Amino acid sequence: MSTENAPTNPRSAPPRARRPPSRLWYGLLAPPFVGLLWVPFYNRIDPRAGSVPFFYWYQFVWIGVSAILTAVVYFATRDVER
Amino acid sequence: MIDVNASAITVFVALFALVTVLGFVAARWRQGNLDELHEWGLGGRRFGTLVTWFLLGGDLYTAYTFVAVPALVFGAGAIGFFAIPYTVLTYPLVLAVMPRLWSVTRKHGYITAADFVRGRFGSGTLALAIAVTGILATMPYIGLQLVGIQVVLAAMGVQGDLPIVIAFVILAAYTYQSGLRAPALIAVVKDAVIYVTVIAAVVIIPAKLGGYGKIFDAVPPAKLLLTPPKGESLGQYTAYPTMALGSALALFLYPHSMTGVLSSSGRDVIRRNTAMLPAYSFLLALIAALGYMALAAGVDKNPAYAAGFAKYDANFAVPALFLDSFPSWFVGFSFAAIAIGALVPAAIMSIAAANLFTRNVYREYFRPDCSGQEESSVAKMASLVVKFGALAFIVGLPQKYAIQFQLLGGVWILQTLPAIVLGLYTRWPQPKALLAGWASGMGVGTFMAYELHFKSTVYSLPLGPVKVPGYAALWALLVNLAVAGIVTLVLDAVGHPRGRDATLPEDYGPA
Repeated sequence: MSTENAPTNPRSAPPRARRPPSRLWYGLLAPPFVGLLWVPFYNRIDPRAGSVPFFYWYQFVWIGVSAILTAVVYFATRDVER
Repeated sequence: MIDVNASAITVFVALFALVTVLGFVAARWRQGNLDELHEWGLGGRRFGTLVTWFLLGGDLYTAYTFVAVPALVFGAGAIGFFAIPYTVLTYPLVLAVMPRLWSVTRKHGYITAADFVRGRFGSGTLALAIAVTGILATMPYIGLQLVGIQVVLAAMGVQGDLPIVIAFVILAAYTYQSGLRAPALIAVVKDAVIYVTVIAAVVIIPAKLGGYGKIFDAVPPAKLLLTPPKGESLGQYTAYPTMALGSALALFLYPHSMTGVLSSSGRDVIRRNTAMLPAYSFLLALIAALGYMALAAGVDKNPAYAAGFAKYDANFAVPALFLDSFPSWFVGFSFAAIAIGALVPAAIMSIAAANLFTRNVYREYFRPDCSGQEESSVAKMASLVVKFGALAFIVGLPQKYAIQFQLLGGVWILQTLPAIVLGLYTRWPQPKALLAGWASGMGVGTFMAYELHFKSTVYSLPLGPVKVPGYAALWALLVNLAVAGIVTLVLDAVGHPRGRDATLPEDYGPA
């Protein structure tokens, strides 16, 4: 994740050419914390999904959303890793 | 209790025999020199993406999870679902932190997190504190895996302690021989049978009960949602998220999850797995829902299961539900899933505890220049001692002690966060300050659990006029961090020297 040992010295490379993807991508890991740790968002029965109360399907959906966000961060920061 | 059921037992024993064979064969899988600790105790750090996925899944989602999470939902309702945010939030944390740990441990040949702390802060005492905490937190966790096996054996009508002793002797033998390769290989079977069981359960049982609507209707309204703030207490509005966050932070500090992470063949394997492991969280959410299905099926009111509930309390809910809903042969299959689900984590936990003892106690304090072969044979013996210790605990003492000890273990393990996780980013804290923080956190956390008579870990913190119920581990961690910070400032002010740092900044990045 650190860029100190990139194969070439960044200063000798042409500007922007070898610029690694931004570490700001890691910010995408934050939304699940907000969405799941603030209970008043979701401690309710309605709207139901089919017969499942909101409290349950809301958290269930976050499993998928969080996995997708994690995957996006993984792919977006892969080049920093090389 | 219930009559011994021949077809259930036949299927159960057949699956158990299959994994036993796999456990012994595993020694020859991706063969390495098992007389070296990193080969026996970390599988040679050769596990790729898929094996790591099975290993970590098998390791983190234990048999006790499958029994206890629905048991909590069955008994207490919505609060039991904290397992969902807990396992959702843990993977983003792992993605951010664990690749750094993998790189530095690989570079320096560290086997345990305590090895890293030793190298980073140059303090054997701090490393010892981390290692002892890890061992203490792991022991009751192994014990609870045994409880998982005991519950399903009892549900099949098998009496006495002998079967569980036999199961554990077999487990101990192949772990001794094959090391981490055994649970890695068995984890593949474990996950297959667990997935089949859970998917069958969430299709068949709701169909029998008249659909999910009927299931949620059966839940008492007070249990269907979290208790909102009332009067001066914030109720479950703070208990729920602090339990989730504290557990998410603690999960990867447990020695057995560290072992799973460090055995992977590269940091990219760990990074990729953080996007793949949520598949198990999905499964866990379905498993949690089994608690409500057990309520709707009214298994606790069925006289056939009264003896089981009397002995195992809500932990009997899932076995009773399976007995109630499945044909006999599939009961055997699903119970084998739970029992095999106990073997994988129990093996990894005993290996992890053995690695800690060997590296951070034995080599550090008794034999600083012992050979790799000596290390490996000490670890093998230590893994036996740890397992039989856990067995004696479960057979000899009421199981409630193991459960209480395990709750305490969660509080304790979180107190290793500052040294391990902060250590990956900064050397600012003084080792003596981290030690003082750790001791304060352990003290405060244990005191809170004592105040709660070790029955719960949700401690109500009086904050001015309001009471804030929250996970004791997290409160203790705040004290821990504050003490570590203040003592560092004091030691720096008096010019106390820092120990030697064996690591370099580039050791933490990709090779």
